[in-house]
Amino acid sequence: MAGIYIHIPFCKSKCSYCDFYSKTDFSQRKELIDCLIKEIHLQKNYIDENVETIYFGGGTPSVLSSDELERILSALEANFLIEEDAEITLEANPDDLTAEYLNALKLIKINRLSIGVQSFDNKQLKAINRRHSSEAALTAVEVSKNNGFNNISIDLIFGLPEQDLASWKEQVNKAMYLDIQHLSAYGLMYEEGTPLWRKMKKGEVVPVDDETSIAMYHYLVKTCVENGFEHYEISNFAKPDFRSRHNSAYWQEKTYLGIGPSAHSYNGISRQWNILSISQYCRKINQGETFYEKEILSLQDKYNDFVMVSLRTMDGINFEILQKRFGEKMYNHCLKSAEAFINNGKLAIDKNFLRLTIDGVMTSDQIIVELMYVS
Amino acid sequence: MKKIRNFCIIAHIDHGKSTLADRLLEFTETVSGKDLQAQVLDSMDLERERGITIKSHAIQMNYKYEGEEYILNLIDTPGHVDFSYEVSRSIAACEGALLIVDATQGIQAQTISNLYMAIEHDLEIIPIMNKMDVDSAMPEEVEDQIVELLGCKPEEIIRASGKTGMGINEILEAIVKRVPAPVGDPNAPLQALIFDSVFNSFRGIIAYFKIVNGTINKGDLVKFVATEKEYNADELGVLQLDMVPQETLSAGNVGYIISGIKTSKEVKVGDTITHVKRPCDKAISGFEEVKPMVFAGVYPIDAEDFEDLRTSLEKLQLNDASLTFEPESSVALGFGFRCGFLGMLHMEIIQERLDREFDMNVITTVPNVSYIVHTKKGEVMEVHNPAGLPDIMAIDVIEEPYIRASIITATDYIGQIMTLCLGKRGELVKQDYVSGNRVELIYDMPLGEIVFDFYDRLKSISKGYASFDYHMNGFRPSKLVKLDILLNGESVDALSSLIHFDNAVSLGRRMCEKLKELIPRQQFDIAIQAAIGSKIIARETIKALRKDVTAKCYGGDVSRKRKLLEKQKKGKKRMKQIGSVEVPQKAFLAVLKLD
Repeated sequence: MAGIYIHIPFCKSKCSYCDFYSKTDFSQRKELIDCLIKEIHLQKNYIDENVETIYFGGGTPSVLSSDELERILSALEANFLIEEDAEITLEANPDDLTAEYLNALKLIKINRLSIGVQSFDNKQLKAINRRHSSEAALTAVEVSKNNGFNNISIDLIFGLPEQDLASWKEQVNKAMYLDIQHLSAYGLMYEEGTPLWRKMKKGEVVPVDDETSIAMYHYLVKTCVENGFEHYEISNFAKPDFRSRHNSAYWQEKTYLGIGPSAHSYNGISRQWNILSISQYCRKINQGETFYEKEILSLQDKYNDFVMVSLRTMDGINFEILQKRFGEKMYNHCLKSAEAFINNGKLAIDKNFLRLTIDGVMTSDQIIVELMYVS
Repeated sequence: MKKIRNFCIIAHIDHGKSTLADRLLEFTETVSGKDLQAQVLDSMDLERERGITIKSHAIQMNYKYEGEEYILNLIDTPGHVDFSYEVSRSIAACEGALLIVDATQGIQAQTISNLYMAIEHDLEIIPIMNKMDVDSAMPEEVEDQIVELLGCKPEEIIRASGKTGMGINEILEAIVKRVPAPVGDPNAPLQALIFDSVFNSFRGIIAYFKIVNGTINKGDLVKFVATEKEYNADELGVLQLDMVPQETLSAGNVGYIISGIKTSKEVKVGDTITHVKRPCDKAISGFEEVKPMVFAGVYPIDAEDFEDLRTSLEKLQLNDASLTFEPESSVALGFGFRCGFLGMLHMEIIQERLDREFDMNVITTVPNVSYIVHTKKGEVMEVHNPAGLPDIMAIDVIEEPYIRASIITATDYIGQIMTLCLGKRGELVKQDYVSGNRVELIYDMPLGEIVFDFYDRLKSISKGYASFDYHMNGFRPSKLVKLDILLNGESVDALSSLIHFDNAVSLGRRMCEKLKELIPRQQFDIAIQAAIGSKIIARETIKALRKDVTAKCYGGDVSRKRKLLEKQKKGKKRMKQIGSVEVPQKAFLAVLKLD
């Protein structure tokens, strides 16, 4: 089973926290879609399994017309074995989700929406330069449901400028009323080089303190669980049977193919990532040059990847798989490194799984560092 | 002997000494253009990169002037204050000196002190203005400086450029015409001055010398006066681009001797070589035992590397006799060595060579100087390590080494420099105008204060334009206390320092602040305290890391994130565990980089 990711590097406006590759100039739109389709043809042999999930991410894929999306999907169908019940997700900006557009999406078999809500507070949305309003977000979710979408996810961000704990609680509660199947909630990261990061450097924005951020997370987890969501990954919550199959594949180290500028692919042996810039990507695709960089994963890389992505999920590290893939020595290393964290309640062993506790999640990077192996 | 000229070059770092020397070699056809790897004389990579000469070198050139063949021996000298004794011995082996001054920068402190040394030894000085090809050259101004300094005539100054070759022939002529031939009696008992030695893994120690009196033949039985050791002169020769063996060498000449010596300690710079059968009456004056002045603990990061570190230090000592080391142990750092260095640059060089040439990953502790402690019982002891200080109650008085420092700067910076020196317990001895707007300040200062971030601050205050030189100037009693640093209540011996009482509180506070910056947040709070005895004088807390979590980790994030975390992991491996606290290497030198 494998997944395909399509990167659409266009946005109508840039959000101030975002460090993903995208452009607000759409002049290369046609050329890019042509090249995405060429890349799909070029990469047809990357996957020799059935394709279980397709994910349009970005950027803002909902800036594409349904015709454009259909061209890409047809190319995928022509080159890969796509399962009948494949999960096909479109990341969408609330503003773009009109009834007409949603109907068209339905027709081209897009069956899951990931809506970038981020917040229901207009002041907070403005502070991070989102183009939609709170009202638009609520409408988008309603219209999507009314048009037959029954696998809807929304994104929220906590720790936004202008957001205190009380306000975050309100956001979470509003999300719970929406009757959606999935929620991704991310702690705001000040990524180097972003406008928001620059504002922080200048002191114009002050990040929330650790204590508040932790309280926000705890409230989130508690509320979601109370409302029937499963907390299945550090930042992801799903109603039963509605986990993101595509994203789960990343954490289970299944094969995935990334199409488009800056997209990453993985096949168990190597990882590769396409060139970032649209112009260079298109030029190289058109001229038949190599358009990606590639790293072959050593056993150590694989172990570290395994530890890192497994601990993202609330299932945690499967010791059986660890032993089988990496042997007794690495199993012992992992167990020994975990000891102190098990003793201070940040890691827990459940049956044959090592997982983060809610406390552990908060310092998970540090824990992963300890569990990693560097010769 | 009348056809021999022995000369050295006096120049400040970056004033173009090595480039100019290369030109001399090229013009005399000692090396051909194609062999001329940039800067022949600086043979260590480290020397080339830093643009400084660490070891002395010698090279012989043949030069035809007015139909006569002359032998020119260039003795290249180290260019840093840490090596001033070696400089003095090289100077003692010469009859003349080229004084190279950068026409764009003018005279610097280093130049002056070496120049005085040369004048003391009656060397003929040939002033040269270098870098005349550069647009920013200011020949009139620099010429005035030189004239004022030397009392020479403006027309005696040669205008040159190592880059273009301008003035090189004039310099060669001047060496022949102005530098006197060496004097000495080839028939007198042998007296040869050792001015340097190098280690060669096949030949052992090779000593460089200048014969002051007498003649030495291959196979002679010779004695080194200071060490009283006897050797056979297995091989003698002169130093051209390669070593050229000779059967005999006599008074006035410069050469090398190979006699199966295995350790560098047996060859002391400044020592005299004489014959066993017909020894000279007395040794050449000026010999001193080189004593390290700055000490620091050097510890392997990984305890298992202790023996490797010992081997590496032994190898370094083979061609650097001024490095000393003895085993010591630290509660915080385990087993390591207390190393003695000539000065701060020497320390940095050794550290860097350990890293580059031996791949040794070490922690260097806060350096300190050598103290003389008088106990109440009347004992006198030398202390090289704060941990070695006797109990405070048993101490009568502690003496610390002083230096006499010369700082040359533009007048604009005098105020700030004086404030800096005052803060370092400096006493102004005198103030002289070198020329127009350049001033030489002479200070008496404790050496221990120079060790603590003096040079960097001097450079930043003066925007890089102040130059600094010093020589040792005896010991003086001082009110010193031992400042301890505690991490979560545990005293870290490797961070202790001896410090003047008046500066202790402010230093303690700054150290705590700096350590707070340098020690990463960990899973628990970390208390950093500075203490004198049992009295806490400063405190900082590093709050526990409560939140360290990546929000998103999808397909495109995995690679980048893994590499980032692996990098952190590598960083942690280089840290030292002290109690439960992980301390990065650089924290141990925090005290050197206080703002």
